[in-house]
Amino acid sequence: MTPYWAILSARFRTLLQYRAAAAAGFGTQLFWGLIRVMIFEAFYRSTTSAQPMSYQEVVTYIWLGQALLAMLPWNYDRDVHALVRSGNVAYELLRPLDLYWHWYARAMAWRVAPAVLRALPMFIVAGLFLGLQPPDSWASLGAWIISLLGALLLSAAITTLINISLMWTIAGDGMASLVSTLVVILSGMVVPLPFFPDWAQSILNFLPFRGLVDVPFRLYMGHLPPGDILGLFAHQLAWTLALVAASRHVLRRGTRRLVVQGG
Amino acid sequence: MLDEIRLYFRYIGISVRSQIQYRGSFLMMSIGHFLITGIEFVGIWILFQRFGNIRGWSLAEVALCYGIVNIAFSISDATTRGFDMFGLMVKSGDFDRLLLRPRSTALQVAGQELTMRRIGRFAQALIVLLWSAHALDVAWSPATIALTGAAALGGACLFCGLFVLQATLAFWTVETLEIVNTVTYGGVETAQFPLSIYRPWLRRFFTGVIPLATVSYFPALAILGRGAGSGVPPALQWGAPLAGVAFLLVALQVWKLGVRHYTSTGS
Repeated sequence: MTPYWAILSARFRTLLQYRAAAAAGFGTQLFWGLIRVMIFEAFYRSTTSAQPMSYQEVVTYIWLGQALLAMLPWNYDRDVHALVRSGNVAYELLRPLDLYWHWYARAMAWRVAPAVLRALPMFIVAGLFLGLQPPDSWASLGAWIISLLGALLLSAAITTLINISLMWTIAGDGMASLVSTLVVILSGMVVPLPFFPDWAQSILNFLPFRGLVDVPFRLYMGHLPPGDILGLFAHQLAWTLALVAASRHVLRRGTRRLVVQGG
Repeated sequence: MLDEIRLYFRYIGISVRSQIQYRGSFLMMSIGHFLITGIEFVGIWILFQRFGNIRGWSLAEVALCYGIVNIAFSISDATTRGFDMFGLMVKSGDFDRLLLRPRSTALQVAGQELTMRRIGRFAQALIVLLWSAHALDVAWSPATIALTGAAALGGACLFCGLFVLQATLAFWTVETLEIVNTVTYGGVETAQFPLSIYRPWLRRFFTGVIPLATVSYFPALAILGRGAGSGVPPALQWGAPLAGVAFLLVALQVWKLGVRHYTSTGS
């Protein structure tokens, strides 16, 4: 366990150095969030029929999304991509570590560090001025924190799977952009899942992606009762384990057929 | 002038040929780009399913704005890749080489690459636009069709102007500033919906400071026959795309100013 923990913390500290990027990202996300809020405001003023979420809840949801955007597994690690392209991935195989958990630890750091840098200022600014509500109750807060942990485990598993796919598609983007498309829409990042058509709900509830955004955000605002946390956390863990098992299998096959060209 | 245009197409031809060499990769990236930009419209569709309309605009009407602004952005995104990478060029000192050649620097930077995979966004925007044209209850005339095309081209000019300005900043800061993405990518996000749904400060910003409203909203009013109660004079609805061209011309002048200010990093 120790070496993986060391990789995670070293990576984490490296990534925390990118503060200027975080500041620029913060400005962009603030503007983005404001536009989204205005679009929803206009939609809510255009209808009198009952909606699955109140306007206040949607506003909170949008700012949570802007705060935690970096946590989503929507892109691949360029360093891993470079390793595969240059052939340096061979060194990774020489290390006396399990390659999967090594990459998993990297992915985890990569999902946590930028999210931490951006989340804190966003919570402060949006909480004070922009209508981000505090958690519904202490129980909701607790359930939210547990589900965030589940979301991170799941996010790192998906990220690692994307990274592993780079072993096949050297060009990179192919598989990665397909997965990120699925992640962004099916997690509830573009539109909160309760707005999706009713026939889609049971499919969305089954798929892993809701564990990334929909579950933690709705627990936060009490839209899902905190008592549901056990089942929801189990759902996140089950998918994480399934993805880890599948990825390990794929990685084993990948390393077996890996040909590193010299030079 | 003619000579410059010919040279530009030479440059672009080289860039296209080099990208075609990796056919599989090009295809996958285009499809990926198609999907990732297309989910934006899926999101809009989902919201219309629940809400029915946004301030009296139907899905088909919003789709017209969406189509125009995304076509405009995809064109500029494909043609200004050189400006996007310009910060690196200044940092490495490669810009010195361009200065030695007896051709305009803007032309040489623009000619570096035509990013073909942007066809993904272009294709999905075109599909949405064609669907909208079909679904709308509008009598299309040659004039409104021409205005749709002009709006897309005017918008492309405007976005090109923004990318040029972003690159120009690199003369002073050495790095291209990411914060400008707020008005480019954020601008696309904004202009996908009619400008009238937003709060006044944002509306004013995107008409007065950056005339993005010209891209989709003003022409859309004319095309949809919504001009009457909007308070936007007809001349502005029909002439608006020209503002995009004007913006690009101004941006190129600022670029020239930047070139004059340039001092090599020496590396």
